[in-house]
Amino acid sequence: MKLITAVIQPDKLDAVSEALIKKDITRITAGRVTGHGRKVEGDLYRGQEVGIDLSPKVRIEIACNDEFVDVICDIIIKNARHEDGKLGDGKIFISSLDECIRIRTGEKGSDAI
Amino acid sequence: MKNWKNVMLLFFSWLVLWPGMALAAEGTPDSGATAWMLTSTSLVLLMVPGLALFYGGLVRTKNVLGTMMHSYASMAIVGVIWAVCGYSMCFGPNVLGGWIGWDPNLLFLEGLDDAVADGGIPDYVFAMFQGKFAIITPALIAGAFAERVRFKSYCVFITLWVLFVYCPLCHWVWAEDGFLFNMGANGAIDFAGGTVVHISSGISALVIALYCGARRDYPKTAMHPNNLVLTLLGAGLLWVGWFGFNAGSSVSSGLDAARALAVTQVAASTGALVWMIIEGVKHGKVTSLGLASGILAGLVAITPAAGVVKIPGAIFLGAMASFVSYSAIQIKSKLGYDDTLDVFGIHGVSGIAGAILLTFWIRESWMVDAAAATTSGTWTVFQQLLVQVSAVGITIAYASVLTWVIIIIIDKTIGFRISDKEEMTGLDQSCHGEHGYGLLNLN
Repeated sequence: MKLITAVIQPDKLDAVSEALIKKDITRITAGRVTGHGRKVEGDLYRGQEVGIDLSPKVRIEIACNDEFVDVICDIIIKNARHEDGKLGDGKIFISSLDECIRIRTGEKGSDAI
Repeated sequence: MKNWKNVMLLFFSWLVLWPGMALAAEGTPDSGATAWMLTSTSLVLLMVPGLALFYGGLVRTKNVLGTMMHSYASMAIVGVIWAVCGYSMCFGPNVLGGWIGWDPNLLFLEGLDDAVADGGIPDYVFAMFQGKFAIITPALIAGAFAERVRFKSYCVFITLWVLFVYCPLCHWVWAEDGFLFNMGANGAIDFAGGTVVHISSGISALVIALYCGARRDYPKTAMHPNNLVLTLLGAGLLWVGWFGFNAGSSVSSGLDAARALAVTQVAASTGALVWMIIEGVKHGKVTSLGLASGILAGLVAITPAAGVVKIPGAIFLGAMASFVSYSAIQIKSKLGYDDTLDVFGIHGVSGIAGAILLTFWIRESWMVDAAAATTSGTWTVFQQLLVQVSAVGITIAYASVLTWVIIIIIDKTIGFRISDKEEMTGLDQSCHGEHGYGLLNLN
């Protein structure tokens, strides 16, 4: 079992979540976070483009069985990219997952995912 | 001794005031009436941020600023158009066979600098009061195509719509030589904008919703309101502002204003109450958005009627409005078109129903006046009903055809909808380069 954590740009959330759900990957947790990557974000403030040090991002977390890791990462990569060559499309982290328990039934392991 | 002093004081103050009183009849401002109209003007303007909050809260987080901008942009754009030529087109004398009014002297409000109308209200105040109606009407339409149009195209749209739909309608209904103003014995009844504001915006909204199609994935995906707190705040401001809208439309500060104020309050409350009851019975839960919708439906229905009905009429119209608007929204869901914020369902449907059904609740004295204005000396409810239905029919036909033409022209030239990609990103980022909230809810 793996835990996939992706940090992406907020404007790509819909594209990514829709694509994941279309491929039947429906166990997704998403949240708003702030962070600082290599990119300095621009926002317009009274006509001036300003950089902010911590900028809004979206973090998506998906716990999955090993065979799904590549599929999920491909979907995220394809849909979270801006195709404009600029920095800041985000990152994906994959870590191994020790245990998973479904609260309602108490099931454990791969079946619970 | 003390009494004697008071009498002297009264006498002198009367002497001092007397010239002013005498002059009031000759065209100096009546301070009481003017004060109320200044207040009303501000109240109607307050409805625009009210509308921005109401609509802004109902869309998804990524579109909150884009949606609020639709209302605010109207203040900027129509506010200027109105002063340049809008007022002249609405309240100038008939030209082009009565299609619009036109008076070169009213361009840039030039002729108003010294003008005071019969009721003792400076023309500037009246012009600004009317200007607020022109501002809020196109902003109402924006709810139908929320979350999916280009900001630039929206700006062009409201410019053309105000010039070619609002101004002619306003001229027909409210200018003294407008043909709807003079239809029948005593004119088509539209006290504060049932046809001009609500039916015209409601029907135009429907036309555009049908033309530009639904949002991506509607109705498959849930599209939650980002902040119903804003929406309730907006509904409250609209209610408050509506007192200026209706009671100000008597363009006086007397009995007519008082009547309009009272029925406005009662109709809004009844609308809210009945919507609460409908939801309570049908779903077992009363929603805050339902209550807010009931307020609006009641206010819309009483708008044309505020000058002619009494309290029972207001209760009927408010209750009826919630029924028909609630049903219209249920039918919309079945038909599947995406009038995003139910502009047609609330403003169109309640507006039409209010403008027609008010006929059965007109106060006696109005009917007597109407009868006196005819040659035969009689005027029946059904004759007035025919006038009301004609006025509504003409408004629907004119607004829908012209809106259709305007929207096709815009769509074929600069494009009306934003691209799929921009729609996914949200209006705030793609049209304005901003975020509405910091770390609040997703989407």
